[in-house]
Parts: sequence; structure tokens; C-alpha cells
Amino acid sequence: MNNNKVIQVEGLTKMFGDFTAVNAITFDVEKGEIFGFLGANGAGKTTAMKMLIGISNPTSGNANVAGFDVFTNAEDIKKNIGYMSQKFALYDDLTVRENITFFGGIYGLSRKRIKEKSDALIEELGLQNVANKLVGALPLGWKQKLSFSVSLIHDPKIVFLDEPTGGVDPITRRQFWELIYKAANQGTTVFVTTHYMDEAEYCDRVSIMVNGKIEALDTPKKLKEQFKAENMNDVFLKLARG
Amino acid sequence: MSISVKHISKSYKSVNALQDISFEVKKGELYGLIGPDGAGKTTLFRILTTLLFADEGTATVAGFDVVADYKSIRNSVGYMPGKFSLYQDLTVEENLDFFATIFGTTVEENYDLIKDIYVQIEPFKNRRAGKLSGGMKQKLALSCALIHKPKVLFLDEPTTGVDPVSRKEFWEMLKRLQQKGITILVSTPYMDEAALCDRIALIQDGKILEIDTPEAIVKHYPKPIYNVRANNMYQLINSLNAYEHNHSVYPFGEFVHYTDNRTDFNPDHLKAYLESKNLSNIHIEKTIATIEDTFMELAK
Repeated sequence: MNNNKVIQVEGLTKMFGDFTAVNAITFDVEKGEIFGFLGANGAGKTTAMKMLIGISNPTSGNANVAGFDVFTNAEDIKKNIGYMSQKFALYDDLTVRENITFFGGIYGLSRKRIKEKSDALIEELGLQNVANKLVGALPLGWKQKLSFSVSLIHDPKIVFLDEPTGGVDPITRRQFWELIYKAANQGTTVFVTTHYMDEAEYCDRVSIMVNGKIEALDTPKKLKEQFKAENMNDVFLKLARG
Repeated sequence: MSISVKHISKSYKSVNALQDISFEVKKGELYGLIGPDGAGKTTLFRILTTLLFADEGTATVAGFDVVADYKSIRNSVGYMPGKFSLYQDLTVEENLDFFATIFGTTVEENYDLIKDIYVQIEPFKNRRAGKLSGGMKQKLALSCALIHKPKVLFLDEPTTGVDPVSRKEFWEMLKRLQQKGITILVSTPYMDEAALCDRIALIQDGKILEIDTPEAIVKHYPKPIYNVRANNMYQLINSLNAYEHNHSVYPFGEFVHYTDNRTDFNPDHLKAYLESKNLSNIHIEKTIATIEDTFMELAK
């Protein structure tokens, strides 16, 4: 495979009985790219993403993620990707340091490496004063930044972000995106789903799913030109409303 | 005034959830409370819907005092909490009947008011509420909040987690309800929805930052604001953050919104600086502040 393609998907399909949730989607994502994966509720985003992260078997098609095949090497995919979702992120009743140690352990990092990573991460996020506080006591924005950093603890080639930034204030949201840019700049591929179209504008490229199919895929700039739209929200409405 | 809030404060242990909040909503107005999670929006809703006492201050809703006349308020308002709070194991139709009955009315009596919304979920009227999609739950919750023909409607983050198509439809529904004379107080963490309100209050950390029409709030932005773009976003942000004259640096989609702390700012100087940082394809142009820019400036 081409080493610059961190995700390669061809004709990927998932059926539940007669219902085709994901209908032969095809796309590539490159190393260091920020790729936005958009679609209305029920368009098939979550199903597609579950296949890509190795927790749902495709009905047909091909997909390779971080160098591993989703059919035959699903377990390797899980070890070699990062994942963060707003719904499940960190353990509220563990401290900041305990959370980092826990996830470091899950991903098989050595004690020494966990210690190094914890110190670096806590310093980078400015969490020195709360390192031994329960995560549940932190403001939402801090949790999200910490959660993102923890998802990168094992230096994955690619990180999947499932609606990561709902509800936080605009300044914190931008700090979060700065972390994403930083990771991408260091070569980590970022695959992000969101309902918020202003976030779609931050992506290098975005795809929009409608009824199980990818109906558009390009840079935000080109999509806006293609659909003669002022912003990504208009692009989305034009596509999803038909 | 449909809603009048005077010097309301509320604390939970050491957290000041609301600090000296005052504002008024006119009859028939669509009024937005715009702020992130933790700003105090839900606490304020709970006080105004008589579910929580304020520590200080007074408030009236539809002419009734939130403490002395709480029963009258409960008959006059509709409340859609942020968390889906209908009966998950009742069907769509049963939920609606239930809410009509406890308010001493019938679905038929006020069907006009909910018709536009309810027809969209009617095909699923025998489905249990817990089995509905997010967009359908939202429509059912709104129908239930309206079925007793309230004078004032409270909507706490009705569009959180909802896709852009459903969000747009939801706001169109609110505009139609407003035309029927219902006063609406709606909260949202999403700044783009602020523009759809008649007036908005920007709220953060329990304090109101500013109240005005969306147009006026944007006009109040104190500085010229520039779109800056270059070949590498991350390096661009870092370089702008390191620039000694910056006043604010915020990523906005494919651009960074930049303001300068000098009165005689010359974009060519900034361009030269960015070039010295090895950035290319640099593009700087004046732009118009958004509500989000204003919010961030006020919250700084």
C-alpha cells in the first residue's frame, strides 16, 4: 500500500438485514491530514466509523487503517489508533495522573514511558496544579483537552474524534483545535466527526454522507465553490436536503 | 414584559452559578441566552420555571412572581429541558395525551399550535419515545411543551447534538411559534444560532457579558479584525501568537482572525513578519466580526 495513505477505503458496505447503513463508500485519508467526516443523524457515519476502528465487521468492500486490514487485523487496528468521543472519554473518579497511567497501561506502555508521557502531557496542558485532582472536578474544556492528549499517548498514526467539542466555550474550543493542528503537523492523521459546520471549516478535507453514501468529498474551499455556498453549513443543507 | 429578571444570584456550595443577573424579555420576543456549558443557563431556566429558588433577586414570568405565584407560572409556561425528559416507555401519542391531561386540556383543543411539528412525528405515534431518533425526540418534546398553549416557552439547549438539517428546521418552527404570539427564551452554546434571535444575552461563568440585538453586538466589536491565511495553519497560529503586537489570535475555519494592539496597524508589516517565519501564500484581508469574536473579546 501507499505509505502516505493512513486510511484506504474501497466499496465499504454494511448491511443490517435489508437495510444498507453504509453503501459502498470509497475514500483515502493521507498522513497528517485533518479529515472531517460529516453527515446528518442516521446517515451512517457512526456505522462507518465503527468499521474503521475495528469494532464492527463490514458486509463487503475493503478497508485498510494504519496499515491493517479491517477484516483480518481488527485487533491490530485497535492498538494502533487513538479514539476520543465526548460521550466516553476519561474516568471522572480517577485523578488526572491516574487516567493517564491507566490509558498508558491499556496501550502497553512501560512504566518509565508512562511517567515521561504523564509529566510531558501535564506540563503541556498546564495541569500541574490539578494533576492529583479527580477528573470529574475539572471544567469540561480541560477534560476534553486532556482526553484528546490521552488518546495520543501511544503515538498512534491516526486518531478518531467522535463529536469531540460539543458545549465548550469558543476560546477553549479553539485551544482544542490548536492541539489538533499540532498533532496533525507532527504527522498524526486526524479523523473527526462533528455536527458543527464551523468545525468542518477547520478540516483539510471533508466528506459528507447522505443515506449511507458519500455524496461530496473535497476541501471546504472547493466544496463551497462547487455548491455555490457561503459556508459549510449551506453546503451541508444543500446536500442533505436535496 | 413577559419575563423580568432583577439581580438574580444563585450559588451551589462554592460555585457562583449566577451573579447579579438582570434582563427583560418583551412579549412575543425570541430571546437567546448564548453561552457555553457551565455558564449558568440551566440554573436560570430552573429558577424561571419555579423549580429552584434564587439566593437573591426577583423575577416575574408572564406577570407572575416566580416565588409567590409559582402555581400560576407552571400553568402559563412550557419548558423543554436540555436533557430528554419525556416518558421513554410511553409512545409518542401517550406522552402527548399525558401532558395535555395534566394541564387539564386535550390534544384536540390546541392541536393548531403543534400541528406543523406533530405531523412530522405522527407516522411514529405508536413508537415508544425512547426509540425515537434525536431529531424526533426533540420534536415530541417541543409538542409536549406546547400542548397547553403556554404564554412563555423555555427551551434549554434544544439543538445540542442535533444535525444541521434538524437544527434549521427547529429554528424555523420557533419563528412560526413566535408569530403566534408566544414569547420564547432559548439557550444555546452555538454562536451561529444567536443571529436567529431578536435579542441575545451573552453569558459566561454566571455573568451576563452583553445584551443587545445580534446586529448591534457585532457592531460593538472594538477593533478592526483581519482574516489571515498561509500555507501552514499550525505554524501560522504559532507565529501570530508569538508576534509582539497581537491583541487576539483565533482560528476561524480556513483563516485565523487577527487583531492588532496598535492603532496604526499596517498589514504589510505583519506579512513581512510572517514571511520571516518561513510562511508562504500569505493572505491578509479585513473582515467583519462575528458574534463569536465579540463573545471571545468580552470573555477574555
